[in-house]
Amino acid sequence: MQRRHFLKNTMATGAIALAASSGLLVPLQVLAWNKKAFDAKDVQSAMKGSLGTELTEASDKIHIKAPDIAENGAVVPVTISSTLSDVKSITILSEKNGTPLIAKFDLKGAQAFVSTRIKMGKTSNVIAICESGGKFYSARKEVKVTIGGCGG
Amino acid sequence: MAKSSIKVRAKAKNGVVTVKALISHKMETGLRKDKKTGKVIPAHFIEAVDCEHNGAPVMNAEWGVAISKNPYLSFKFSGASGDTVKLTWKDNKGKSDSLEAKVK
Repeated sequence: MQRRHFLKNTMATGAIALAASSGLLVPLQVLAWNKKAFDAKDVQSAMKGSLGTELTEASDKIHIKAPDIAENGAVVPVTISSTLSDVKSITILSEKNGTPLIAKFDLKGAQAFVSTRIKMGKTSNVIAICESGGKFYSARKEVKVTIGGCGG
Repeated sequence: MAKSSIKVRAKAKNGVVTVKALISHKMETGLRKDKKTGKVIPAHFIEAVDCEHNGAPVMNAEWGVAISKNPYLSFKFSGASGDTVKLTWKDNKGKSDSLEAKVK
């Protein structure tokens, strides 16, 4: 807080630093976490909140690598890759999670490949949505979960 | 040097850099109850992860509570040995951490 007051008083090239610290300039990171999408309790609302639409085209050019049976629902390794051209983002959802939206990756020049580990509450489809050429494509894969991973 | 919550390996092969990162973080969902007190343990999770390649953003991720504890993350982009990769995360309590690494 003290630093901000100091910068306000100097008014030098601190103008940019001031703007950044007060959130006026769009920083590299996402400005505000998409609470609406992440809190959505069904897949359609989660997609609407995160992508702006619940309409996607099924694509066989999206590959979901995930175990057929996850022993531990708290740690399910998932790798999404796609041969679609110029993929701008990859979004991952777990259909039957209390809040299905798990993550969204904006690829600014990165390849259509993300690998991470997710929590799944119960047996469900893992849905991967890739944005390419202004359209959304999706694929799904069922992952059986023996021990749920959301703490409930 | 202070211990970072981030471990990064970035390797270049045939013009493609593969980044593998492991972040130490509870990723608390906010759904668990403390067994002793019976109170709900509040959600504490990483909301955003950003990666820069040679100073330019290459990947931004938005995460929810369902990313596993001590998150693993891997992604790829075009690049070469000697490039720099910087990973930054920010959580819902305003905490953040950052690590810069050289691509091998």
